[in-house]
Amino acid sequence: MCALEEMTGVSKESVRVMEEPDIKRALNRIAHEIMEKNRGAQDLCIIGIRTRGVYMAERIAGIIREVEGVAVPVGTLDIAMYRDDIGTKPSPEVRSTDIPCDVTGMSVILVDDVLFTGRSARAAMDAVIDFGRPHSIQLAVLIDRGHRELPIRADYVGKNIPTSRTEKVRVALRELDGTDAVDRDSQEPEGLDSSVREGS
Amino acid sequence: MSAQRLLIRGGRLLCPFTGLDGPGEILVVGERVQAIGENLPDEGARVLGAEGLLVSPGFTDLHVHLREPGREDEETIASGAEAALRGGFTTVCCMPNTDPAIDCVPVAEAVLRQAAVAGKAEVRVVGALTKGRRGQELAEMGLMWRKLGISAFSDDGCGVADALLMRRAMEYVRIFDGLIISHCEEPSLARGGQMHEGYHSTRLGLRGIPAAAEEVMVARDLILAELTGVRLHIAHISTAHSVEMVRIAKQRGVRVTAEVTPHHLIFSDEDLAEYGTDLKVNPPLRSAADREALREGLADRTIDAIATDHAPHSREEKEVEFDGASFGAIGMESAWPALYTHLVDTGILALQDVLAALTCGPARVLGLEPDALGLREGARADILLLDCDDDYELAAAGFASLSRNCPFDGQRMRSRVAATVQSGAIKYQSDKPRAAVRQKTGSKRGARSAAV
Amino acid sequence: MRGPLSLIDIDQLSSEDIQWILETAESFEEVSTRAIKKVPTLRGKTVVNLFYEASTRTRLSFEVAAKRLSADVLNFAAQQSSVSKGESLKDTALTLEAMGVDAIIVRHSSAGAPHLLSLWVEPRIINAGDGMHAHPTQALLDLYSLRKARGDVAGCRVALVGDIAHSRVARSDLQAFSKMGAEVTLVGPPTLMPAGVERFGAKVSHDLDEVIPDCDVLYMLRVQLERQAEGLFPDLREYSELYGLNSDRMRRAPRDVVVMHPGPMNRGVEISAEVADDPRNIVTDQVVNGVAVRMAVLYMMLGGD
Repeated sequence: MCALEEMTGVSKESVRVMEEPDIKRALNRIAHEIMEKNRGAQDLCIIGIRTRGVYMAERIAGIIREVEGVAVPVGTLDIAMYRDDIGTKPSPEVRSTDIPCDVTGMSVILVDDVLFTGRSARAAMDAVIDFGRPHSIQLAVLIDRGHRELPIRADYVGKNIPTSRTEKVRVALRELDGTDAVDRDSQEPEGLDSSVREGS
Repeated sequence: MSAQRLLIRGGRLLCPFTGLDGPGEILVVGERVQAIGENLPDEGARVLGAEGLLVSPGFTDLHVHLREPGREDEETIASGAEAALRGGFTTVCCMPNTDPAIDCVPVAEAVLRQAAVAGKAEVRVVGALTKGRRGQELAEMGLMWRKLGISAFSDDGCGVADALLMRRAMEYVRIFDGLIISHCEEPSLARGGQMHEGYHSTRLGLRGIPAAAEEVMVARDLILAELTGVRLHIAHISTAHSVEMVRIAKQRGVRVTAEVTPHHLIFSDEDLAEYGTDLKVNPPLRSAADREALREGLADRTIDAIATDHAPHSREEKEVEFDGASFGAIGMESAWPALYTHLVDTGILALQDVLAALTCGPARVLGLEPDALGLREGARADILLLDCDDDYELAAAGFASLSRNCPFDGQRMRSRVAATVQSGAIKYQSDKPRAAVRQKTGSKRGARSAAV
Repeated sequence: MRGPLSLIDIDQLSSEDIQWILETAESFEEVSTRAIKKVPTLRGKTVVNLFYEASTRTRLSFEVAAKRLSADVLNFAAQQSSVSKGESLKDTALTLEAMGVDAIIVRHSSAGAPHLLSLWVEPRIINAGDGMHAHPTQALLDLYSLRKARGDVAGCRVALVGDIAHSRVARSDLQAFSKMGAEVTLVGPPTLMPAGVERFGAKVSHDLDEVIPDCDVLYMLRVQLERQAEGLFPDLREYSELYGLNSDRMRRAPRDVVVMHPGPMNRGVEISAEVADDPRNIVTDQVVNGVAVRMAVLYMMLGGD
């Protein structure tokens, strides 16, 4: 992202909305809510949506293991094959999907960083269903920024952030970005479709 | 009523026959040149202004396919003879691979009659060497010569595979000191080939025709010509080794001449990268090294003439897979612009050498008396006006030829035939608004053309 | 990645493009391991298999690849076109274009036919083999298979053995392997070497036994009986003796040598039955990998705008 900002040269106002401890607390709470709602960690499968959802899924699974002493299977899902905008943009990169268990009868927790239009969540649900018939699919997100285009709601939300459509919410995670933070950019560089960034 | 008078005024006269090179006027009366000089009288004469233009003798094309009789959808004698005039060719020699072949007096007579009716470029007939061009029995060459004056014979389109038959033909035409035109292609070596064999044929995955397919037969025919004393003409020579063999044969006193096509002088096998079927010709476009040897051969007169091998083909025969496309390209209307633009304007060949290969070279091949030809008093008035200060896009769509398989289509050209006078009559004039173009191109080009 | 408008030969791809295709193929490979072997990626796209030459495996491989991506597949087994009989290649292509197909996968006996199609019509053209010219998806799946078998293609010593002159697979593999850093030696009798072979940057040998001890990959090309009729070698027995891969030669090859073949194999000619069944022969992996690689190619061509 930083490179992109430099390239476009558009100055924008950036507001820090979550710091590292905020994120830690939010994921902690989400993990506990998951255990509460599913009465423990039996038959749970946590699947992170590429890219940042994967690291969140691993952190949540780590918390659950500490609390319940159960190693919950963690999967990786790439939704490029399931996008509904194929043919309207250059082909997105397709990366590997790895579902470590048979999802049939399981409670699948989909994990993503930002919930925006809901299209990524829709694609992810389609993908999971292609692997089997789960007992349920639940959605956990760090940020819900509104502006849904599909009838989709998150089961677990780290923080609700009201935004305008053109704003951008950026999630940085230690594993990928070296730091944990959530920023809101109030001004969008022209010509960049914000939906491109969702779920990345 | 006295004969028509035509005065060509204002141009630079350049005649390879006489060596004339300089400003001057030409007065034509009837079919012939009456006078060449300065300030010639213009009373009663139509004046053809040639300011800024080159004035040259008419070109002769030793090698064209007019497709009549048999494929009048691709070309007729009339359309081909008109295309010739537009290309500056006042005389063309048509090859006998028609359907039926021009292998006897009645067919040849019909062709000559059609040409006379058309009244455009002069059409000379090359008779078939063997009956039906089947390479088995000699055609009635003696009768064609005796009754119609045809003295050049060829089975062009394919090589004469049988060496003994070729020897007999060469011996036989000594009756009238005839000319044998040899299409040199050893069929077993060329079989199935689509383009020149080499790196590029491998890259493109097309079957190759090795240079040796031509060279083997050039060598054979040169040896047979030496044996028989015949006048031999090598059609569309295409390889470096062939040129070298002709050079040596000439030194040995063999009565051999050779022609090369504009496309072999300009393109090479590299140009087939796009599988363009208009560049699928026979012999195939050779390597860049071969092309270089052809240019050298032309400059040192080893190669006597430039001939177009004008070969019209319908769209159905060309808009297909490369393997399935017919061999051949049309060339009469693109020859001069292409030769000038690619070879003269770029400094690769001298203007004089190119003009010679289009005028006195072909006359030498045909054994015509040079003293009666060119820009001189008494000669038949076959005269061209050439505009060498032009810049336009060549468009095959506007050609007089009925076919469009021209590999130069769409190229920017620096020269055009501005007018063609044949037998004293203005038979073609370019409709280009010259003044407008002149203004557009400005003075820099003008200076350059004056320096030519 | 925005794919090229047509895939005619390996030459047009940079090594980065090839890398992208191979990595994407890796992601797609997982789809074929699922219970439901289908993703909706190319839903609503129509591809046509336009095959002027009989080819079961390549056609099926493309068909499976397209169907796993949810594209609709039409099969058009055309008669060999010619000027005199039947519809011309151009008219067939125009007809397919009018039907609104998004891609034409074409196999043709005439080199350059896919290139001409790409000049004539709008749909993306994918070359599934044209004459002696090119077979780019075969070369890509060979790269993919070799990478899986050996980890890396760069530095691999590859011997392409057999009828180099008439083989589109040899041409495309030579380009692909060289581009990815392998060291290629062409092995075969001089009559089966193409003209100008020295300009391709590969070593040439006429002695298989000399090459065998120092190669990591033995890529055996199919030899066709008609080459004997053309007088390019005396007979199959001699060919097999001089250029066939048998157990004896395998013993002299490095222990971890990889044997490849574009299929279908002529057992007893270029490859003996024992070697055909040797676990170091990865011909069946090549077939499996073909689907994933062709999925990646279809995605590259049709996934973008």
